[in-house]
Amino acid sequence: MTETDGAGPLLDVRDLAVHFPIKRGLLLDRTVGHVYAVDGVSLQIARGETYGLVGESGCGKSTLGRAILRLVEPTAGQVTFDGVDVAHLHGERLRTMRRRFQMVFQDPMSSLDPRQSVESLLLEGLRAHGLSRGPAADSARLRELVDSVGLPAAALRRYPHEFSGGQRQRIGIARALSVEPDLVVADEPVSALDVSVQAQVLNLLGRLQAELGLTYLVIAHDLAVVRHVSDRVGVMYLGGIVEEAPSQALYDDPQHPYTRALLSAVPVPDPELEDRRERILLTGDLPSPAAPPAGCRFHTRCPWRQRPAAPTSVPRCG
Amino acid sequence: MTAAHSAAAPLTETGALLSVRDLRVVFQRRGEPPTVAVDGVSFDVAPGQVVGLVGESGCGKSVTSMAVMRLLPDRGVRVGGSVVMDGVDLLTLSDDEMRRRRGRDLSMVFQDPLTSLNPVIPIGLQVTEVLRRHRGMNKEAARKAAAELLERVGIPDPRRRLDSYPHQLSGGMRQRALIAIALACRPRLLIADEPTTALDVTIQAQILELLKELVRETGAALIMITHDLGVVAGLCETVNVLYGGRIVERAQRHRLFTTPRHPYTHGLLRSIPRLDAPPGEELPAIRGSVVDNLPWADNCAFAPRCPRAVERCVGVSPEEETTGGRLLRCHNPVPASAD
Repeated sequence: MTETDGAGPLLDVRDLAVHFPIKRGLLLDRTVGHVYAVDGVSLQIARGETYGLVGESGCGKSTLGRAILRLVEPTAGQVTFDGVDVAHLHGERLRTMRRRFQMVFQDPMSSLDPRQSVESLLLEGLRAHGLSRGPAADSARLRELVDSVGLPAAALRRYPHEFSGGQRQRIGIARALSVEPDLVVADEPVSALDVSVQAQVLNLLGRLQAELGLTYLVIAHDLAVVRHVSDRVGVMYLGGIVEEAPSQALYDDPQHPYTRALLSAVPVPDPELEDRRERILLTGDLPSPAAPPAGCRFHTRCPWRQRPAAPTSVPRCG
Repeated sequence: MTAAHSAAAPLTETGALLSVRDLRVVFQRRGEPPTVAVDGVSFDVAPGQVVGLVGESGCGKSVTSMAVMRLLPDRGVRVGGSVVMDGVDLLTLSDDEMRRRRGRDLSMVFQDPLTSLNPVIPIGLQVTEVLRRHRGMNKEAARKAAAELLERVGIPDPRRRLDSYPHQLSGGMRQRALIAIALACRPRLLIADEPTTALDVTIQAQILELLKELVRETGAALIMITHDLGVVAGLCETVNVLYGGRIVERAQRHRLFTTPRHPYTHGLLRSIPRLDAPPGEELPAIRGSVVDNLPWADNCAFAPRCPRAVERCVGVSPEEETTGGRLLRCHNPVPASAD
């Protein structure tokens, strides 16, 4: 395997596209159109960095995360992970590469096998990637793993349903970390959790990153969560990234009208601020990703839209 | 919709539109110990007031609203206490009498409009049904009124939308339709149970704005049930914080958010990542989760998770105390000067 010396970004995504065909007909299975879920996204994530991806439902953020991990097949574009183009890897080479990028899912109840004990859940990954070093070493490794996510060693013998939502998410994180990945893609890691438990899991993710030097791609709809954990944030709308900035700058000085509207729509637990702030209310709903508007994708809802110079040009808004 | 109300009704002695007193809801399953979901909740709603019930899953906020609406099943549930509206205890009404009041005097908007709208009936029919039943309108008048209602809640092209089925509308539009149904008979009390939780933030902002406008216009009172302290901060005059089935703190919203006194409220507010706080710092999280709760009977339920717990918190159940318009249930509250 070609591994680079660690220079350059860990993950380099170029013009990634995922188009899902819309099929009609019983026998012929004609393709009558496409859902442009991800439509030409480029982003780079440096080693040890946390990149946050925000957007509303249907904007393609989850599909983008899955396409990067090759859980869905990209239609076009390149995904370079540590110098290797993973978008075109196959078979055994892809499988060994998968050890290095892992995923934490939104709903730990449906992503953990209810009939496997925590021990067996965690061992599965170790064995699959040839990281098993015999019973004694494995058991020490598993204890270390559950300890690192803040669970007692006794948790290993228990089953997913015996845990609370927050604890289950900790198991999901332990499973992702069991194979010592470089990149962790976390898709809505805290949105299924209660408010008081969200902070615990966010802190855990931060602590693990500092200890293990992990690189994160955090996907979430909650702007406050994403901004809190991320170094840089990309805002997605209808399959494309409309704005990308360091997280502080994005909040202090949002440039894209959509980012502004999104920021102004997030309720803040501060009555003084809530009374004062100006809401930018977007009219209407998200257009269908099967028929995205021509030109700027946001123009149908944009409060500052202008007559375009060329009706089909996609502008760089700012 | 105009500000005109269905005839002025007698109020309870306190001047409240709705008085909930010592509400208790116990779920009893055969062969299992009973679960106390709501454990002595009391609060008032004045006409035109917006009251918030806030708490995490399992705190009893939704069960409280279901009990007020009398929507809990008869079997396996025991409801105690009183819910007085217009001098009548709703909990003592017959099913028929309650059905007449539901939709007319008080109505409800649920979290997920796709499960609370009938999927095989056009939106229009679901709105006119209420109008014809409670306001005795004929078919044409009801259809006209329904179109006006849909227009009022911001559904574009309302006449055509009357014939749409719920699945043909987006999430935000469905929630608007549900609000239209709830407001069709100009109820004096609207209960909204997490009305925006299933929606995206930009749509949430639209719906919250709509609710604010409607409350202002119609003079209806609103009970807002949510887990989102941000939603409450911009909307509710009085906020009740629930924990483990009891109200642990109640205050006017500015006071609650600037000087939270209960350690749970205080901790919750500090643990939320905020858009206007410096990023990257460790969040002061509340330890543990609701599974650690102790029974209220002779403890404070929050004690095992509480950073300010003292000896008395385990063994002596804290009572509600009201001082200066703030209700507090705590042995060792956060000092008023803190923060």
